[in-house]
Amino acid sequence: MIWVGALVQGVLLGGLYALSACGLSLLYGVMGAINLAHGDLAIVAAYLAIIVIPILHLPGILAFVIVVPVFVVLGYVGQRTLIQATLDRGQLTTLLVSFGASIIIQNALLELSSADSHSIDVGSLVTASITVNSDISIAVLSLAIFVVAVVTLIGIELLLSRTTIGRLIRAVADDREAAQLSGTRYRHVFGIAAALAIGTVALAGLAFGMYSSFSPTSGSTRLLFAFEAVVIGGLGSLWGTLAGGIVLGVTQSIGSTIDPSYGVLAGHLVFLLVLAVRPSGIAGARQAA
Amino acid sequence: MIAGDPAAAGSAQAASRSTVLTVRDLTVHHGQLRAVTDLSLEVAEGEIFAIIGANGAGKSTLLRTIAGLHRPTTGTISLDGADLTHAEPEDRLVAGIALVPEGRRLFPSLSVEENLMVGAHRRRPGPWSIARVYELFPWMPERRRQRAAQLSGGEQQAVAIGRALVANPRVLLLDELSLGLAPRIVAQIYALMPELLATGMTILIVEQDVSQALRVASRFGCILEGRTTLSGRPGEFQPEEIEAAYFGLGKVAVR
Repeated sequence: MIWVGALVQGVLLGGLYALSACGLSLLYGVMGAINLAHGDLAIVAAYLAIIVIPILHLPGILAFVIVVPVFVVLGYVGQRTLIQATLDRGQLTTLLVSFGASIIIQNALLELSSADSHSIDVGSLVTASITVNSDISIAVLSLAIFVVAVVTLIGIELLLSRTTIGRLIRAVADDREAAQLSGTRYRHVFGIAAALAIGTVALAGLAFGMYSSFSPTSGSTRLLFAFEAVVIGGLGSLWGTLAGGIVLGVTQSIGSTIDPSYGVLAGHLVFLLVLAVRPSGIAGARQAA
Repeated sequence: MIAGDPAAAGSAQAASRSTVLTVRDLTVHHGQLRAVTDLSLEVAEGEIFAIIGANGAGKSTLLRTIAGLHRPTTGTISLDGADLTHAEPEDRLVAGIALVPEGRRLFPSLSVEENLMVGAHRRRPGPWSIARVYELFPWMPERRRQRAAQLSGGEQQAVAIGRALVANPRVLLLDELSLGLAPRIVAQIYALMPELLATGMTILIVEQDVSQALRVASRFGCILEGRTTLSGRPGEFQPEEIEAAYFGLGKVAVR
């Protein structure tokens, strides 16, 4: 039964990873931008939460009401200024600039805060759990994060498949020039896609900040796990990203059950295995068809 | 200048119509390479103007520059007298220039209908709509949910034309329609031209398949290494003259 417990924990953890990965996947899928500051932005969201919560006397769980809109705006403005400027100069520039941004963010957080770790206070929710039987108990917070992740992914999928702006985002991702010839203002569409992506980064950062403690340098690991989830799931498919997140979560959870120090390592091994055996990822084949 | 000679027999009709698209002294560079040199042309309302020329003559560059995908080094492009030389491609569509690009360039992951919807999202008022495109291509409605990538080359070309038509352009630019398609399919597509003209559209085509292009065109220009070598009405020239201009043999004739 201990394995069933590990499996359940893993699936729930996978929700957090998928939530974290979808922003990375969107930015790459739509505009070919690899954002190495992805994890650090998530941590900035968590820091922003612990700054605004006491000022506005908000319950911790409601931090997203402020932080997510701020990041959505940041995503649009950031795309129209910095990201677009780097895209115009080639993909390598985007990579290098986001790497630079990552270092700047980490050091700025160290200056402004300290190396101490923090976490977003969500009160009794952090310990609340649903006991299924003596071996399996489900943390309410993990379950809530999983639900938020799934709802977010479904929401983005519906937006992309059913709305005009979603259709334009897919068109621009397919062929930017052809989209322009069809009258699409691609920079604006890129801006909207970046707003969505960075909005989910904020959600992921808040979820992480509630689930675990964070420090100014936590972003690097967030980026790594997000990358692994994206690659395992297959680039460009949000369902693949969810599957990738869950595979990574389950592997880490089962690895930790064998030996607490094996968790992260097991995740890396599965990531490498997928890269070696099925480089297009779990959902990659469907995309190629 | 490929302006056509108003005095020449049979061109009075075209000359009496107003000029829709004007390209003046256009020079376009691809990096160091000069792809188009001092090229001028005027396309009159309701005509089909064909630009013929061998591979690498600068035909596609010319069309892409008119559509806004390349910036000219010098020269101007105007539509109905309004200067569009510095306009973005997306704004030229709204102004009334639509390009069906070489190689179709559909959105492969979008369905047929979604491709048309993207084409129509900033459409000008006019006769063309998705429903009208479905009438033009009767096979299309029942396959509208299929991904564009799953269509055959000829079907993709039809969707690409439909995607441009739904924007209701003043001038439709068609780049190498025949490329990679079976002759029968090419003939079917060219057979649509009168129907497009009937809705008041002006068409500028670029084509390597000279006979096909000259069959539908009211006027043509032959370009070689970025310059006009021959221009006029298809009937005014012997095939040998056109051939000479196409391959750059003998003297340059502009009638």
